[in-house]
Amino acid sequence: MIVASNLSKRYPGGFEALRDVSFSVEAGQMVLITGHSGAGKTTLFKLLSTIERPTAGSLVVNGQNLSAMRHSAIPHVRRHFGLVFQDQKLLFDRSALDNVLLPLHIAGLPRREAVRRGQAALDKVGLLAREKANPIALSGGEQQRLAIARAVVNRPAVLLADEPTGNLDAESGAAILDIFADFHRVGVTVVVATHDQSWIERYHPNVLRLDHGRLM
Amino acid sequence: MNTWLSLHRAALASAFRRLSASPLNTLLSLLVIGIALTLPAFGYVALDNLRALGNNTSGVQQISLFMGLDASKKDLGEIEDRLRQSANGRWRFVPKEDALKRMQASEGMAEIVASLPRNPLPDAFIVEPVNSGPEALEILRKEIAGWPKVAHVQLDSAWVKRFDAFLRLGKLMLWMLACLFGAGLVAVTFNTIRLQVMAQSAEIEVARMIGATDAFVRRPFYYFGALQGALGGLLAATLVLLALRLLAGPVGELAALYGSAFTLRLPGWPEGLALAALGALLGWIGAQLSVSLSLRKFD
Repeated sequence: MIVASNLSKRYPGGFEALRDVSFSVEAGQMVLITGHSGAGKTTLFKLLSTIERPTAGSLVVNGQNLSAMRHSAIPHVRRHFGLVFQDQKLLFDRSALDNVLLPLHIAGLPRREAVRRGQAALDKVGLLAREKANPIALSGGEQQRLAIARAVVNRPAVLLADEPTGNLDAESGAAILDIFADFHRVGVTVVVATHDQSWIERYHPNVLRLDHGRLM
Repeated sequence: MNTWLSLHRAALASAFRRLSASPLNTLLSLLVIGIALTLPAFGYVALDNLRALGNNTSGVQQISLFMGLDASKKDLGEIEDRLRQSANGRWRFVPKEDALKRMQASEGMAEIVASLPRNPLPDAFIVEPVNSGPEALEILRKEIAGWPKVAHVQLDSAWVKRFDAFLRLGKLMLWMLACLFGAGLVAVTFNTIRLQVMAQSAEIEVARMIGATDAFVRRPFYYFGALQGALGGLLAATLVLLALRLLAGPVGELAALYGSAFTLRLPGWPEGLALAALGALLGWIGAQLSVSLSLRKFD
């Protein structure tokens, strides 16, 4: 499903965040990208989610080479991914439900159908009762669950997350891990960049360990 | 198709929401756009009415044909025949005796005329062609000048030429004014949308990250610009109509004093809609420029 070959990313100024990283992820796998701070986890997350482009190497997802893709085609590729960011990137000028509906509006779904699916996604993460709440009124764990609901509402083939438990206490973090595991169980490919080792102990995922931009 | 419609419906709804979200700002923007469009639109209607006034003023756009002093009745008959054939309009004969009487009747001319040994005035024809355009009048003048026993042809077109030149100058000034205010409208929309893009930068950033195309991001701003421009255009049409309605009475009274039945022509629905469409187009251009520049920072 995902094949990375000799991926490298050098930022302007010369800093090389990734160097010759090659790996593959099969459909339905749960993969953990780990490493210490500055190892290149977030950079790899950004390359996988097409937020950034590699400076060398190729990244093929579902047969499409993302590295050589036209700029205008990238938004359509992103819709196949469910993205969960460390800082959630929620919109605080609207309700929880309206945050979840954003990907469905982008896809052009009629409002009624979008609301039905949005509520189902909120239900999956245990936030249906808070659908009208503004995200600012939610706890850190709830905000992260809301971000996950937004990521899965479009029924993506791949769920990509960057440090989803990074800002959470142990209990909230564990709840988030369980939600990812639930999606993995129903066949969603889950790729998570994290330094949280408890994932490995609980779910025994495939692990990609990065160190100074290299795959160990 | 359904998806396409759904996306456009959502963008239009979003534009309406943004317009109604801050009524005072919207009202002020509409006033600026409305006034910017009112001035050239009012000028256009005023020129149109002036043109109509010029065309309707009878007895002014005419050619005076003076016969030679030796012209006989037969010659006059021939000229009448030619006028019947070539001058598409009205004409009348002014015998030299009538001309002299009219001259005598003029203040201070009676003694001078009485002292003349004989009538120095020629027979004349006053021609009022239907086609009173300066070029058509000039062509007819040249044709008549070639007829036998015609001593002089005077095209009373000095004022026609002046009037035509005035209309052309007015039209040019109107175009300049329209371009100036059109640019103003584009600038107003540009700035409004730039502020909106700044205010919604978080939403735009997130939307792009989760798969929004450029078109998805831009569309609501385009609709907003076009909608704001169209509403401004309708406001301008209303202002022009109100102003003309207020002026119609006094102008009619003034025209009546000069013996004219002239009435102001008021713009109709087509003109109002054209103004709204023009506003929408300029608003869309402003939005296009603003969004293109403002979204660069998200690339």
